[in-house]
Amino acid sequence: MAAVAARELRDGEVVFVGIGLPNLACNLARATHAPNLVLIYESGAVGASPSRLPVSIGDPALVTGSLMVCGMADVFQLFLQNGRIEVGFLGGAQVDRYGNINTTVIGSYERPAVRLPGSGGAAEIAVHARRTLIVAKLNPRAFPEQVDFVTSPGQGRGGRGRRELGMPGAGPVKVITDKGILEADPTTGEMVLAALYPGVTADDVQAGVGWPLSRRPRLADVAPPTETELRLLRDVLDPKKLYLKG
Amino acid sequence: MRDAVSRFVHDGDTVVIEGFTHLICFAAGHEIIRQRRRDLTLARLTPDLIYDQMIAAGCARKLVFSWAGNPGVGSLHAFRRAVEGKPAGGGLEIEEYSHFGMVARFSAGAARLPFWPLRNYMGTDLPAANPRIRTVACPYTGESLATVPALNPSVTIVHAQRADAAGNTQMWGLVGVQKEAAFASERVIVVVEDLVQEAVIRSDPNRTVIPGMIVSAVVVEPWGAHPSYAQGYYDRDNDFYVAWEGISRDRDRLERYLEEFVYGVPDRAGYMEKQPQLAVRLKAKERLSGGVNYGF
Repeated sequence: MAAVAARELRDGEVVFVGIGLPNLACNLARATHAPNLVLIYESGAVGASPSRLPVSIGDPALVTGSLMVCGMADVFQLFLQNGRIEVGFLGGAQVDRYGNINTTVIGSYERPAVRLPGSGGAAEIAVHARRTLIVAKLNPRAFPEQVDFVTSPGQGRGGRGRRELGMPGAGPVKVITDKGILEADPTTGEMVLAALYPGVTADDVQAGVGWPLSRRPRLADVAPPTETELRLLRDVLDPKKLYLKG
Repeated sequence: MRDAVSRFVHDGDTVVIEGFTHLICFAAGHEIIRQRRRDLTLARLTPDLIYDQMIAAGCARKLVFSWAGNPGVGSLHAFRRAVEGKPAGGGLEIEEYSHFGMVARFSAGAARLPFWPLRNYMGTDLPAANPRIRTVACPYTGESLATVPALNPSVTIVHAQRADAAGNTQMWGLVGVQKEAAFASERVIVVVEDLVQEAVIRSDPNRTVIPGMIVSAVVVEPWGAHPSYAQGYYDRDNDFYVAWEGISRDRDRLERYLEEFVYGVPDRAGYMEKQPQLAVRLKAKERLSGGVNYGF
């Protein structure tokens, strides 16, 4: 997943980096095809060049050797709301048919069965980044037809478009999973199956999704990680297996 | 620290201990627990372990926040126990925003404005969950913008690398939202690794984040941010953040932790004496910046 996510980033892009797998993917992209990727963390590090894999989004290694360190009011107003962020990376406990993300509660908000951490910067990243990539492992409970709570807006619920609601960014264009890639349909906003990992069938992906998954007429093949990608991930970027657990 | 908390933190106050991952003043939180403050409204973007401990210790009536997790690890279990399965208003009262929303609340408070506009929250359920997130029509374009109300804490506590005796405070590394939170606050307590002469502050004025004129008290408390960190002084104690998962999950273990490391020590010096290996394991390496010429 980390290698597949890394390939989605183009050299020179400005990326708003979340912790966990996105962090690994961005640092892999920088070490391979996108050395000029500009990493911005919500903690205030701009153009970060971490010499160790950051264990949190506010790791001191993000500061040392970065291009700029600013306050968080600047991060959200001068970078994000200003329109400077090209790619936002988001994960979540639940992702639904239209790419809405829930990181707030399972169950009702008033009486939650499981209380999750909440938005952090995710809600505004989903509104403002020119495009967002979602990274999540397939599982029918994690991919319900409709999320219990919309923390970060996807491609609209009930047919109301993002533009109509005044959202500057295009929203989630892809969902990178552990078995394949879903893409937002340009007309309906629905997440549809677009590509498969080697050895995976469309039915395998459907088994992890809680709604009848539409498929692109022609499904692309996701190339397996190259030896270079695997070596960088395992030996250089995450030798302690902080993120490469499963 | 004992005097500063006793004088400036009162039962029922809105208390902000800011710092985004960096410079979170655990020493102040522990002193507030030791002095058994009650009915506090605790506000910060990321409650982190310190508010989890204060919730477990019974200090909090209400939590105002935007991301309540254990960074890079998982959950804050005392917080979860206080809200899961409970009706709203029972247990711990919560008021929830996103990071941008919380930052905007401090910005409004610091500028002494009643609210702050932001282009946000369309298509999300956050305004339904928190009716204090509203909208306003722009008087120039007619565009509908989200608004959040000013947050003006009773007291804001900021940890920093250094300050002079008058409270002119310098910090470097991640500076979060401390400047806005301090300017928004009625009272400000600054806690520093090093107390320096005014001349040191004057030699590098661009690094001053909080001016002495808004500071009520200066406390010198080396290692006061552990298990958070202070850039150039000590690294973040990720092992403790990982350990908190197990400690906080079990109510009895959490209670024993508070007994041993909070109630069981008189102050931060006592906390560090109990764990002499910390200073060895976490001490920062040197990475000096070049000086600049302030001459004219």
